[in-house]
Amino acid sequence: MEHGTRSEECREIFEMLSQYLDLELPPEACREMEAHLAGCPPCIEFKESLRKTMALCREYQAGEMPGPISQDARQRLLEAWQRAAARKGNTP
Amino acid sequence: MEKATEVQLARDLIAGKPEAFDRFVEHFRSKIFQYSWMMCGHREDAEEVSQDTLLKVFENFDQLREPEHVRSWVLRIAKNFCLMKRRRSQYAPTQELSLDDYMPALDRNGDQLKLQIADWSSLPEDKVLRAELRRVLDGAIGELPDMYRVVILLRDVEELSTEETAQVLDLTSDAVKTRLHRARLAIRQKLDAYLRTLEGSGDGTRYAL
Repeated sequence: MEHGTRSEECREIFEMLSQYLDLELPPEACREMEAHLAGCPPCIEFKESLRKTMALCREYQAGEMPGPISQDARQRLLEAWQRAAARKGNTP
Repeated sequence: MEKATEVQLARDLIAGKPEAFDRFVEHFRSKIFQYSWMMCGHREDAEEVSQDTLLKVFENFDQLREPEHVRSWVLRIAKNFCLMKRRRSQYAPTQELSLDDYMPALDRNGDQLKLQIADWSSLPEDKVLRAELRRVLDGAIGELPDMYRVVILLRDVEELSTEETAQVLDLTSDAVKTRLHRARLAIRQKLDAYLRTLEGSGDGTRYAL
């Protein structure tokens, strides 16, 4: 392997890693992926770092929260829902 | 709140049960606010989008045919209100992220090859460092071009499926997958750079030739 480069196979793996981690790869491609990963520690390490990135995103919540809802705003929402429920014949 | 609880609340509201109303409002108001805060970047806009979205949701509650998809139904409405509010980069060309920018290279180091990557084996447990990592993540998501940020928010943060995300954004599933992968790679790269600063030396892992 040349300095600073990765094999063409590593690149193909790299392009499909998200689909692999999302279990969205077709079985054939998945088998090829696993065969490559079994013999390529750098790709395994990269895959793990991407998996952890996804896990961090799943835990993520924007720090900002909305202020409390005003009584007026709540009332407007309630009336809108009551009208929709009445149209369906489910009077709240 | 679990998706199943959300779906149950939606079913209860369809059935006209008033006890579900406040829980639904509280839960989705916060969810819509967080999404629109990340998309619009202004508290005032995010507050308005939350109220406008919920109003439209309740006005059309009798149209909700598939309560199991209530989350994507609500977020689709929120997305449209966000687009109307969008102040930043409205006319700026969309910046495409290139895969080539995110594949770390291997470097020769003596008789070894090393991957140019931080040590991800143990992410910081320390409270201060965790908070810092969160801020880095905040920045990484915030700096993504809109078309990528919206996909990461819907797929990874809100955990919609690829198909649901495609429906919300009027994209093909393949376009969602492509953007999602690039968005994740861009975020991974920012986190990697941060983790390297923790290591100090910036040394990557070595592999024998």
